[in-house]
Amino acid sequence: MPDLKLLYEAVVNGDAKASLAITQQALAEGVDPLILVNEHMVPAMDEVGRRFEANEFFVPELLIAARAMKASLEVIRPLLIARGDKPAGRVAIGTVKGDLHDIGKNLVASLLEGGGFEVIDLGVNVTPEKFIETVNLKQANIIAMSALLTTTMPAMKSTIEALKSAGVRDRVKVLIGGAPITQKYADEIGADGYSENAVGAVALAKKAVAT
Amino acid sequence: MHPLLRDLLATGPVLTDGAWGTQLQARGLAVGEFPDLWNLEHPEKVLEVARAYVAAGSQVILTNTFGANRLRLAAHGLESKAVELNRRGAALSKEAAGQKARVFASIGPTGQLLMSGEVSAQQVSDAFLEQAQALAQGGADALVVETMAEVEEACLAVKAARQTGLPVVACMVFDSGKDHDRTMMGTTPEAAATALVEAGADVVGANCGQGIAGFIPICRRMHAVTNVPLWAKANAGLPEMVNGVPVYRTSPADFASLIPDLVQAGASFIGGCCGTSPDFIAAAKARLDALRQQN
Repeated sequence: MPDLKLLYEAVVNGDAKASLAITQQALAEGVDPLILVNEHMVPAMDEVGRRFEANEFFVPELLIAARAMKASLEVIRPLLIARGDKPAGRVAIGTVKGDLHDIGKNLVASLLEGGGFEVIDLGVNVTPEKFIETVNLKQANIIAMSALLTTTMPAMKSTIEALKSAGVRDRVKVLIGGAPITQKYADEIGADGYSENAVGAVALAKKAVAT
Repeated sequence: MHPLLRDLLATGPVLTDGAWGTQLQARGLAVGEFPDLWNLEHPEKVLEVARAYVAAGSQVILTNTFGANRLRLAAHGLESKAVELNRRGAALSKEAAGQKARVFASIGPTGQLLMSGEVSAQQVSDAFLEQAQALAQGGADALVVETMAEVEEACLAVKAARQTGLPVVACMVFDSGKDHDRTMMGTTPEAAATALVEAGADVVGANCGQGIAGFIPICRRMHAVTNVPLWAKANAGLPEMVNGVPVYRTSPADFASLIPDLVQAGASFIGGCCGTSPDFIAAAKARLDALRQQN
């Protein structure tokens, strides 16, 4: 039986190789995959988030921690699906129409995956219609929108309006983020949540599916 | 020091320009439209912006080529126009500058993170080299690697830019950490300045990301670790959305009032980034002229 504290440390330190090796060994020895996720990996990502908030970690550390988590999840997820466990939620994420910036969006996507969400990455320049289609065809229950430019953030408002017209607004929680975005703007356009950074986005998504 | 920089700095701190994107929008650039394409489609509007900065007193103006590297152009299907957009952009600023100002041509980030593995160092270097050479051919007097978030990418750009033989400025965005004194990747001003000088930058500094007050400690910290001249282009504060339109709360007078402190902190090239306009440059000029008279 591997020391599962090492799994926690592998994720915090962003050591994907170690994270995967310990996961595989633990699974081979019959450890419940959910215990690996909930008792070791999720607390590790929480610690990564804490260090980010405390300015001890920055984007590179977040990226490698999320990669380590993902390496383990890739072997764990098929087991969970096979026995009928559901992901925390299904997120359709994209940078809004007219905006081609994707560094922030990609970071949020990988942290959401690390947080146990199924992520459908729609890329950049995503039209309202594409978001609606993903809700209808793939049953996404969270829409996460990113915009880097003050000139493209109005597309968030028009996407929310399009979701309403299409009659699917009630089926999803809408979360937004990006450099020019504020809580005030989120309130103004009727989004369900805003986070100023990628770590906060995971907490926000968890809260959104819990309510 | 490169003779061009020495000549510019001989009379004290040098005034650069302000934002371009918002100025082009005021002249009809649509939301989501790629500004650099206007070098070909609306050159007269690009000239107007450049001339407005020269008229306001800019001794150095930049170019409308911030996004014109092959990797970013590809997102717009414009990569075949890389050379043309940069040559034309440099030539337009040269035309506006005449004998009154120098043209420091803008090289912005590729928009992709090297550490994410989506793009290789070679691809990034090639894209910057192509852009730098085209800007040099268009008549640029110097090159400015700006708004960089990742030091590795900035260093690749500096090394590519140096191959033209022109002086090279390199500046990063400090907008992270609770004191806004780190890049997105967590790099400190000291580490950034050291790495950029090592890569061959003639001038280093910071642009965008925050208002002018935050640039004072950043310049002080860079000044403590390097002797090269420092570059500072601050935003007019951070935008607030009012009825769907971004509003920057810092006035030209507020902005200019901190310039003596910025000079004291070691900045030698001073201008504005997002939210600033020719009015900011005119206010800054008055402040800098007063400073020069005192000394």
